[in-house]
Amino acid sequence: MVPGLWFLRSSIGKKALMAASGLVLVGFVMAHLAGNLLIYGGPSALNAYAEKLRHVPALLWGARLFLLAAVAVHIATSVQLAIENRRARPQRYRLQRSAETTLAARTMLLSGFLVLAYLVYHLLHFTFRTAHPEFSRATDALGRHDVYAMVVLSFQQPPIAFAYVLGMAAVCFHLNHGIGSAAQTLGLTHERTIRLWALAGRLLSFALFIGYVSIPLAILLGLVG
Amino acid sequence: MNFTLRVWRQKNAADAGRFEMYEAKDVSPDLSALEMLDLVNDELQRRGVDPIAFDHDCREGICGSCAMMINGFAHGPQPAVAACQLYMRHFKDGETITIEPWRARAFPVIKDLVVDRSAFDRIIEAGGYISVDTGGAPEANSIPVPKRDAEEAMDAAACIGCGACVAACPNASAMLFVAAKISHLAKLPQGQAERARRVLDMVERMDQEGFGHCTNHYECMAACPKSIHVQFIAQLNRDYLRAARTRRPSGCKSD
Ligand code: HEM
Ligand code: FES
Repeated sequence: MVPGLWFLRSSIGKKALMAASGLVLVGFVMAHLAGNLLIYGGPSALNAYAEKLRHVPALLWGARLFLLAAVAVHIATSVQLAIENRRARPQRYRLQRSAETTLAARTMLLSGFLVLAYLVYHLLHFTFRTAHPEFSRATDALGRHDVYAMVVLSFQQPPIAFAYVLGMAAVCFHLNHGIGSAAQTLGLTHERTIRLWALAGRLLSFALFIGYVSIPLAILLGLVG
Repeated sequence: MNFTLRVWRQKNAADAGRFEMYEAKDVSPDLSALEMLDLVNDELQRRGVDPIAFDHDCREGICGSCAMMINGFAHGPQPAVAACQLYMRHFKDGETITIEPWRARAFPVIKDLVVDRSAFDRIIEAGGYISVDTGGAPEANSIPVPKRDAEEAMDAAACIGCGACVAACPNASAMLFVAAKISHLAKLPQGQAERARRVLDMVERMDQEGFGHCTNHYECMAACPKSIHVQFIAQLNRDYLRAARTRRPSGCKSD
C-alpha cells in the first residue's frame, strides 16, 4: 500500500522523500561523471557518447523528467523542513556550542542553494547553450554536435573553469553530509555502520570532486584539447 | 572557587525575561551545579531577592528533572552526566558561567530555568506503552529474549526523558527521545503487537507538539546524560517507514 497525504505532512515522511530524491541525484552525479570522463578518450569517444544519448529521445526525456522531478521533490521537502526547523526554536540561546556536528551539516541549505545556482548556469551553458553560445556551435567531421570542442573551448576560459570548480565544490560539500545523512534517514544504518556510511559518503563526495574538477583543470593546463 | 553567573530570569510565561549577573563565592569544587545554585539562592533569599527557579528531584542522575543549558551545552560541558552530577571542579576558577533554560517551541518557559516538558508526556500517552492486564508479576523466563535484544532494549530504556536531546538539537527535534521510547519496546516480544500503531502515533504526536526535524547532526547523542545512541533514530525511521506501508496514524481520518 502507498501511504497517503498524511505521510507528506509527517516529519519522517518528508525526510524520507528528501533523502530518496537526494540519493537519486547522487546516482545521476556518479553516472554523469562516468560519461564526462570519456573526454580523456578524445573527441570521437565523447561525441559518439553524446550522439548515442540523443538517439533514444524517449529514454533521454524520460531520464530528464525523472531527474527534474527528483530536484523538485528534493527542494520542496528540504526548504519546508528548514522553515519548520527554524520555527521549532523561536527563541535562540545566548550561547550554544556543538560537540558532534560538522560545518557541512550546518550549511546544507546554503550549499544546496549554491548547487541550484550552479545547476542553472550549467544547464544554460551546456544543455540550452545560451550562456556561452560562441563555444557550442561546432560540428565534428561526422556532422555530430561537437561536444568535445564545446567543453574544451569553454574550459580554456579561466573564469568558466573556475566557476565549475566552485560549483563542484558546492555539490561535493553538500554530499559530504548528504550521503551518510540519507542512509540514516532511510533507516539503512545500524550501530556499527553509522560511522561507516558517513565515512563512505565523505570519501565518495571527495572522489566525485576530484573526478569532476580534473576536467576543467586538465583543459586549463593544456593537458587535454 | 568563585564564579560569576549569568542566569536567565523570567517571572512567568508572559514575562519577556532577561539575563542577570550573580556572584557565587567560596564554592567547594565538590559541589554539583545544582548545589552551587542552592548556595546562590540562599544568598539571594537573605537579600530578599526571588531565588532562581530550577527543576530537580533525585539529584543522582536518574529522574531527568534537572534541565538547564550550562555554557552552551545541555547539562553542561561534561559528557554523559545530568546537571545534578556535574561538579564545579570541571570549571575554571573565576569563570563566567552562562545558565539558560531549554529553548524549544514545544518546551515553553514556566519560570527562570523551569520549562514545561509535558509535550513528552503526551508523546508517551500517544503510544509509548504496551496494553496488558496487570496482575501478579509473570515468571521472568516464560518469554525468552535473546541477550543482544535485551541489552539493546536496556540501552534504549536508559532514557530519563530530561529533554537534553531537544535542547542540544540545532532543530529542537525530539527524535532521540521518541527513538529511545519506541526502540526499547520494539526490541522486546511484548512490544510487537502494537509496534506499527505505536510508531505512527508517537511520531504524529511529536509533530503536533511543534518539535523540529532531525537532520542528523547527532548533537543529541553528545548531550544525552545516558549516551543514548543515534542508532535508535535509524530504528525509528525504519519502523516508521515500514509501518506507513500498512496503516495510518490513529489521528488521521481522511486519506
Ligand atoms: C565539471 C563537471 C561537469 C561537466 C564537464 C559537465 C558536462 C555536461 C555536459 C557536456 C552536458 C551536456 C550534454 C549534452 O549536451 O549532450 C551536461 C548536462 C547536464 N549536467 Fe553536467 N557536467 C558537469 C557537472 C554536473 C553536475 C555536478 C551536475 C548535477 C548536480 C550536472 C547536471 C547536469 C544536468 C542536469 C544536465 C542535463 C542533462 C539533460 O538535460 O539530460 N552536471 N553536463
Ligand atoms: S535531578 Fe534527577 S537527574 Fe538530575
